[in-house]
Amino acid sequence: MNPALQGVITIIVGVGGCIGYFFLSNLVLDKFVFPPVGKHAGRNINRANLVRPWLFLLPAVIALGLYLAYPVVATFWLSLTDRDAGGAFVGAANYVQMMNEPKFWEAIRNNMLWLIVVPAAATAFGLIAAQLTDRIAWGNIAKSLIFMPMAISFVGASVIWKLIYDTRPADQDQIGVLNAIWVGLGGDPQTWLTIPFWNNFFLMVVLIWIQTGFAMVILSAALRGIPEETVEAAIVDGAGPFQIFFKIKVPQIMGTIVVVWTTITLVVLKIFDIVLAMTNGQWGTQVLANYMYDKLFRSFDWGVGSASAMVIMLLVMPILIWNVRTVRKEMR
Amino acid sequence: MAELHLKDVAKAYGEVKVLSNINLDIDQGELIVFVGPSGCGKSTLLRMIAGLERITGGTLEIDGRVVNDVPPAQRGIAMVFQSYALYPHMTVRDNMCFALKIAKMSQDEISKRVENAARILQLTPYLDRLPKALSGGQRQRVAIGRSIVRDPKVYLFDEPLSNLDAALRVATRIEIAQLKESMPDSTMIYVTHDQVEAMTLASRIVVLAGGGISQVGTPLELYEKPQNTFVAQFIGSPAMNLLKGEIIGTGEETRIRVPSGAEITAKVPSAANLMGASVEVGVRPEDLVVVTDGTQGFLPFETEISERLGDVTVLYSSAEPGGKQLIAKLPGIVHVERGSKLSLTAAPEKVHVFHNGISLLYL
Repeated sequence: MNPALQGVITIIVGVGGCIGYFFLSNLVLDKFVFPPVGKHAGRNINRANLVRPWLFLLPAVIALGLYLAYPVVATFWLSLTDRDAGGAFVGAANYVQMMNEPKFWEAIRNNMLWLIVVPAAATAFGLIAAQLTDRIAWGNIAKSLIFMPMAISFVGASVIWKLIYDTRPADQDQIGVLNAIWVGLGGDPQTWLTIPFWNNFFLMVVLIWIQTGFAMVILSAALRGIPEETVEAAIVDGAGPFQIFFKIKVPQIMGTIVVVWTTITLVVLKIFDIVLAMTNGQWGTQVLANYMYDKLFRSFDWGVGSASAMVIMLLVMPILIWNVRTVRKEMR
Repeated sequence: MAELHLKDVAKAYGEVKVLSNINLDIDQGELIVFVGPSGCGKSTLLRMIAGLERITGGTLEIDGRVVNDVPPAQRGIAMVFQSYALYPHMTVRDNMCFALKIAKMSQDEISKRVENAARILQLTPYLDRLPKALSGGQRQRVAIGRSIVRDPKVYLFDEPLSNLDAALRVATRIEIAQLKESMPDSTMIYVTHDQVEAMTLASRIVVLAGGGISQVGTPLELYEKPQNTFVAQFIGSPAMNLLKGEIIGTGEETRIRVPSGAEITAKVPSAANLMGASVEVGVRPEDLVVVTDGTQGFLPFETEISERLGDVTVLYSSAEPGGKQLIAKLPGIVHVERGSKLSLTAAPEKVHVFHNGISLLYL
C-alpha cells in the first residue's frame, strides 16, 4: 500500500477511534450506568458528572503512563546497571565513568552556551519582529514569512543551513551563501562548521531562526493585549517611542516574555536533531542529547546512555516546573 | 494657566466628517464640560486638544500659540483617561513621577511634587502600592494625581467617572469640584455624557450634537433658555415635554393653541410675521402644575404610570394618538390612580417656544 494512503488511514482510524471512544463511553455512562431517570435521577446526574472527567482522561492517562512514566523509571534503573555484566546492578559506576569523559563536559559546556544564547536571541528577535510588524500594512505577510520556519522540521532546517554554510574549494563557485558573500568580500572559503568554538554559534543560528517565529506570534498577541490608553497616557506624559516600548510595553508583557523564554529554554535543553544532522557532535559541538544518542544507539552502552538521559531530565525539570507555574499564574 | 481658542476646528476620517465648524473660546480658570449623546464627537474633540488625534481643519490655540502640529507632551496639557490608564507595573509613586522623570526634572523637585499631590488627593499611604491593589476610586485619584504633578496649563478629563459605581461617582464628582476650587487658575476641560456631572461641575457647558456645537452657556442658561429642541431635551431629567402648536397671538407674549384646542401663554416675545406659524411648545416636567381652581388647564393628562419617589412624584401620561408620552414631575407624594384625568398647566415664564427647532428667544 502507498505510504501516503497508509498515513491517511492511520489518521482516520486514530481520530475516529478517539471520537468513537468519547461518544460511546459517554453514552454508556449516561444510558446504562447512571441513567438520569427514575427515583435517583438527581443523584445519578451528579455521579455521572463526577465520573465523566476521569472517563475522558483515561486514554491520555494510560498513554502517558505507558510512554512517559514507565520509561523514566526504567531509564533510571538502566542507568544503575551494566550491560556487559548482563544487567547487573553497579550503583553510580556509570555516572562516574561519564564524569571522567571530556566529551561529556564538552556537551555540558555547549548545552550551557545554547541555553544562554538561543532563548535570549530568539525572544529578543521575536519581540522586535512583533513590535515592528504590528503597525505596518504588510506586517501580516512579514509575520507569515518569519513564522514559516516553525513549520520546517529541525532536520529539514539543518539541511537548508548546511547548504548556506557549504564550502567548495577556492577555484570553484561557492554554492553556500555565506562563503559566496565571504569570498565576494575578498576572503578565502571557510569550512564554517569546523571552526572550533564558533561553529557552536553557527548551529545555534538554525534554532534561533526557527524559534523567532514562535516568540513573535506569542509576543505579538501579548503586545496587542496592552491597553491602548496606557500607551496614549505615556505619549501625553512625553515618552518617546523607545521609552514607550521599554518602559511601558515590555514591562506589561514581562510575564509572557518569561513564558516564551522558558519554553524555548526547554527546547534548547533537548536539542539534538540540529547537531546530529549538521556536525554529529564533531569539532567540539557535542550536546547532551546527542551524547546520549551516541552512547545508547552507537556504542550500545545503555548504562552511560541512560545516565546522561537522567542528567538531561534533571536539567529540564526545574525550568519545566517553573514554566508550568508561571503559565498557571498568567491564566489566573 | 491658559486660554484656549478653537477656530473652525474640524475632524474628518477620510471622507467622513466627524466634527466641523467648532468655534470656542475658553478663558483661564474655566471648567468647561463637553456633553452630548454617544458618538457626538465630544471625546474626539478632547483628544484633538490633547494631540492624540490629528486636527484636520481649523486651528487650535493654547496660551496664544497654535499647537495643531505640536506633540502632546509640549502642549502643556495633562489628561485623565476613562479607564484611568495607570501603568500597571509601576507603583503609585512611579506612576506619578513618570512624566517628570522623562522631563528630566531634579529628584528633589519630583519628590516634592509627588508628596504634595499625594497629600491633596489623600494618597500618601498608598504611594508604594501597585494600581491593582487600589480601589476604583483610589485609581481614579492616582490618575488625577499624575496630572497634578505636571502642573499643566490645561487639564483634560475624558469621562473620568464612568467606571465608578453610583455612590463613588457622586463622592468623586464632589472631590473634583473641590479640586477645581483649590486651583482656581487652572483651566479644565471635562467630557461626560452624564448631564448631572455637566450641570454640577461646569462653569460653562458645551453641548455637542451631530458633529457640531449645539449651544454653549452656563448650566442655568442651558436649563432656562435652551437654544433649540435638542438642548431643551438633553438638559434636564426627565426630558422636556414638547407639544405641537400654532401661534395665535404675537407680541411681548406669545399665545399658542395646542391640538387639544386649549390655549397657553408663553412669556416669550414673537414677531408679528410668526402669526399662524406651527411651533413646538416645551414645558419641563417639573414646571407642570395641577389646576385645582376649577379652570381649564392647557394640558389634559391621563395618567398611565405614576412613580412615587418620596420627594417627587413622576407621572407618565398615556400617549395620545400621534403624540408623545407626556411626563409631569410633581413635588411631594401625590396619589393619582391609573387612568385618572388631570388638568395641568404651567406659568407663562416657564413655557418655551420653538420654531423649526430653534427657540423664539434666539430667532
